[in-house]
Amino acid sequence: MKRRIAIQAVPAAFAACWASSQAWGQPTEQTMSQAIAKFTGGAAAQMGKVSIGISPLVDNGNAVPIDISVDHPQESDRFVRRIAIFNERNPQPDVAEFELSPASGLAQVSTRIRLATTQKLVAIAQLSDGSFWMQSADVIVTLAACIEVE
Amino acid sequence: MADAPTIRSLVQAPTAAQRGQVILVRATIAHAMETGYRRGSDGQMLPRDLIRRFSCTLQGQSVFSATMHAAMASNPYMAFHVRIMESGVLQLSWTGDKGFAHTRSHAITVS
Repeated sequence: MKRRIAIQAVPAAFAACWASSQAWGQPTEQTMSQAIAKFTGGAAAQMGKVSIGISPLVDNGNAVPIDISVDHPQESDRFVRRIAIFNERNPQPDVAEFELSPASGLAQVSTRIRLATTQKLVAIAQLSDGSFWMQSADVIVTLAACIEVE
Repeated sequence: MADAPTIRSLVQAPTAAQRGQVILVRATIAHAMETGYRRGSDGQMLPRDLIRRFSCTLQGQSVFSATMHAAMASNPYMAFHVRIMESGVLQLSWTGDKGFAHTRSHAITVS
């Protein structure tokens, strides 16, 4: 019985979140792929080189630590130019874009992000030769970032 | 910023480095990063108020910068690396909505 209540309560809690996100357009895989296409300028991204460090099970979606690293040297003639993070089911697909330089020394960035619900994250890196590399990660979120009020 | 409260930020990085050393810089700033998707206690939508840009320069040369969206957590934290070739000053600046602007300097000496 308890389990049934819990199962029914979860969609109800998310309904509030969904209702507010609907007003800004439904977040889907499609909105994420549009945001990715905007970042890459339509160029195809290959899988690999990028790795995402994130806990697969997140208790609190309000501040989720994430590490992105790219297996590529950071030297004056070949380096990682940009790294972007995208999500599938927040109200907006963009999370952040980082611009690196040869003076960064190491293509690795850590930050903290918000996750509205269980979803897929994608990280894409653009190298100095113009190629794009990507990686995705699936994250389960138990406490969403957007259902709480002030 | 209504009555210009003191903006708190924290930069953690070594103050001394060896030539060519890659150092880790960690920066965080106190900011609500209001998404614009939440309602306040009066039931009204809280207006969006975000830090949009972060940039780090070393002796005026851009090293690292970031564009942030609503999906960045409040009190945005970023950790990144910088290769230090000579003594210099890291300048970290944040800019955002409602004219938000904050800058911090961090000197690094090459031994």
